[in-house]
Amino acid sequence: MVSIEDYGNFETAWCPSCGNFGILKAIKQALVNLGRSPHEVLVASGIGQSSKTPHYLNCNGFNGLHGRSLPPATGAKIANHELTVIAVTGDGDCYGEGGNHFLHTVRRNPDITMIVHDNQIYGLTKGQASPTSEIGMKTKVQTHGVFNMPLNPLSMAISLDCSFVARGYAGKVSHLTSLIEKAISHKGLSLVDVLQPCVSFNKLNTFKWYSERVYEMDDTGYELDDRVKAFERSMEWGEKIPLGVFYVNEKPSFEDYLDVLKSGPLYKNPPATEKVNELMDGFI
Amino acid sequence: MTIDLNIKVGGAAGQGLQTTGIALAKTLKKSGFHIFATQYYFSRVRGGHNTFKIRISDSPIAAMNENVDLLLALDSESIDRHLSELSDGVVVVDADVVKVNSSSESIFHVPMLEIAKEVCGDKIYSNSVSMGAVIGLLCLDMSNLEGILKASFKKKGEEIIQKNINAARAGYDYVKTNYPGGCKFSVNESGEKEKLMLISGNEAVGLGALAAGVQFLAAYPMTPSTGVMTYVAANADKFNVVVEQAEDEIAALNMVLGASYAGARSMTTTSGGGFALMTEALGLAGMTETPAVIFLCQRPGPATGLPTMTEQGDLQFVLTAAQGEFPRCILAPGTPEECFYLTAEAFNIADKYQIPVFVLSDQYLADSLFTCKRFDPSKITVERHLLSDSELRTKKEDYKRYKITPLGISPRALPGQEGVLVLSDSDEHDEFGHICEDAENRIKMNDKRMKKLELLRDEISVAKIYGDLDAAISLVGWGSTYGPLAEVVDILKAQGKSVNLVHFTHIHPLPVEATRKLFSKAKKTVCVENNSTGQFAHHLKLETDVKLTETILRYDGKPFSPEFIIAALKEKEVI
Ligand SMILES: Cc1ncc(C[n+]2csc(CCOP(=O)(O)OP(=O)(O)O)c2C)c(N)n1
Ligand code: SF4
Repeated sequence: MVSIEDYGNFETAWCPSCGNFGILKAIKQALVNLGRSPHEVLVASGIGQSSKTPHYLNCNGFNGLHGRSLPPATGAKIANHELTVIAVTGDGDCYGEGGNHFLHTVRRNPDITMIVHDNQIYGLTKGQASPTSEIGMKTKVQTHGVFNMPLNPLSMAISLDCSFVARGYAGKVSHLTSLIEKAISHKGLSLVDVLQPCVSFNKLNTFKWYSERVYEMDDTGYELDDRVKAFERSMEWGEKIPLGVFYVNEKPSFEDYLDVLKSGPLYKNPPATEKVNELMDGFI
Repeated sequence: MTIDLNIKVGGAAGQGLQTTGIALAKTLKKSGFHIFATQYYFSRVRGGHNTFKIRISDSPIAAMNENVDLLLALDSESIDRHLSELSDGVVVVDADVVKVNSSSESIFHVPMLEIAKEVCGDKIYSNSVSMGAVIGLLCLDMSNLEGILKASFKKKGEEIIQKNINAARAGYDYVKTNYPGGCKFSVNESGEKEKLMLISGNEAVGLGALAAGVQFLAAYPMTPSTGVMTYVAANADKFNVVVEQAEDEIAALNMVLGASYAGARSMTTTSGGGFALMTEALGLAGMTETPAVIFLCQRPGPATGLPTMTEQGDLQFVLTAAQGEFPRCILAPGTPEECFYLTAEAFNIADKYQIPVFVLSDQYLADSLFTCKRFDPSKITVERHLLSDSELRTKKEDYKRYKITPLGISPRALPGQEGVLVLSDSDEHDEFGHICEDAENRIKMNDKRMKKLELLRDEISVAKIYGDLDAAISLVGWGSTYGPLAEVVDILKAQGKSVNLVHFTHIHPLPVEATRKLFSKAKKTVCVENNSTGQFAHHLKLETDVKLTETILRYDGKPFSPEFIIAALKEKEVI
């Protein structure tokens, strides 16, 4: 039996009462509920406050470069598809620096769960706008207030036909836990965009602000593979902000197309050096 | 060398020049000759002026020279540009199709189009007519060309095969009956039909990677490296390799590192511009001590440079690319054999030392075709240096991915192995892999990493000498200059000069004492490089304090020929 203690208890470098704590708790609880042992789990991340998560979880971790949580996560999943691979990233990390990887990882559809700590700000570099910052948000860089259109991660993911798209909130840990569980259980790329208050730099989207707006969607409202409905829902943002699973599209994952994985993890395949002789015949 | 003939095929891109050139090269190899073939092409899919050059000999050759004996001109530009390269040769041209501005006696008209239409009813067969004409001028037997045409058109069916053979035979017969003076080039087919391969540098790198058990390759296409990616992809199913075309080079190397971290033998292929994008991830390989093989095929820069030409201009970049200091290894093959064995060695070094290892090639080596003996895969060992499950079961302490050991190499376990957790971090970290910004830890970890470089330096192979051990003149080269330099040594030795070649394949780190010894006797040392600043000469001085007396540099996008080097040696009064 796996217990929450197995995932350890680490001192963090996060500000007290940051939204990151709720997300960390939900990830741990989801893994325990799914019965995953720490050695079966790999958490890959980029750089940012959120991306420090691998250090606060007692499991395998690859804490790479800013914006680059997805490529190593994909590589690792191909090398050993028996691992449960979670990519933990921030809104700047994933939608800014790593935007291209996001697009193409959705197209590739590896069986990876992406958890985006979406605090609508750059935390680690002390408060610049992120691709999801609201119009008007003033920072030391955006001195006249943000005027670039905020990106809508859910609409973007649905438009790309991402296999699983959900939104959680760091202030609703048990709801978030169940979303993460569903995302991990889903085969293919799952996006869980998590509204995460940054108590130090984001003075607009605070716990109070969110608590007044978020609501859990009734997930029986429409068929989850209805892309148009999902898209419509994803555009609801303002007085009311929906939480839950927006879109699910069961389709083959990247690994399904790789016949070589059928006989076991790639990294265990013995080299076929002797076959090189056959190839050399072709040059004679 | 009693036979030394050069055939040049010239034309615009899209005229089937490469197909003709490769088929001729294969045919001549089948006839028992040693072959060296290079392409000179521009970055366009159609048009432009391109050439495919084949040199044939009865002795091993590894370079092109600047003579032309037989020019197959598919356009008039070929005659205008290359007629002067012929001393006593023949230009084969279809004067009905190509405008001929010269009245040179060397020009021999073969009505290829007319023959193709007459024999096969279609002008597309004129390439095969031209091949037959060339073989006819050499007075070789037609059977080898027929065999090659059969193999090339296997997928297109019997009818097409037969039509091509008929076209080639008609070209052959036309030459035999119409060329005045009969057999101009009396080259006899070689008696001993050695089982030689005709292979390009890129194919040899691909074979080396497969022999070394590569399991994952992620790359983004970029000339001239793409050949390795496509070669591995073509054989991926047979060898259980996953090949993924990444969205960009940044993703490619990051994916490779993720796959390698999780245990797969992994590599990427790129050229200078693509590698520029990979440099941050190179630092990540350094910090996380993740093995990776990077095949970097050089072409002239800066920026997009001359995309289809050659240069050895990225050495200094590769030596120092990425943020901070960490060990890396650079290997530079000069022949297909070296491409094969060094690529395999690169994987073992990467795994043992847990560092990035470069296989540094260039367009000239990548795209040239060489005849060489079969490689011996049984000489290749696959050394993974991984902790086994049973070793882990009997471990006494908690697993530390970055354990500080006397040699600096930490025991490597993989994520997913029971009883261990593997944590890698791009930040400075403690022995467990957790972020640690402590000054004392930083020094310890940095020393641990850099120690591996010194260990590798002690183990790495020293440069090879071609020619006499003690010579008055040492020519110094690295990577792809091997062929032309070795030929220069042969030529000069035949003239009674005391000269050798010091050929470097293991570029970094350099074994200091052993390298110094190589130069202790030579009075004159000449570095020959395809770049404008003598990058290797600087590296050698910095690492070993060996100062070379002269440099011969070429940076016009073309490779060295023996003639070019000899002329430069004379000009510099070295000989
Ligand atoms: C290549 C590169 N550029 C910039 C940085 C600096 N940097 C570190 S984290 C970060 C932004 C982090 O924002 P986000 O992903 O939203 O994470 P948060 O800290 O808010 O959790 C930046 C710009 C870096 N580490 N690497
Ligand atoms: S800066 Fe913001 S996001 Fe980062 S830990 Fe502090 S509160 Fe959390």
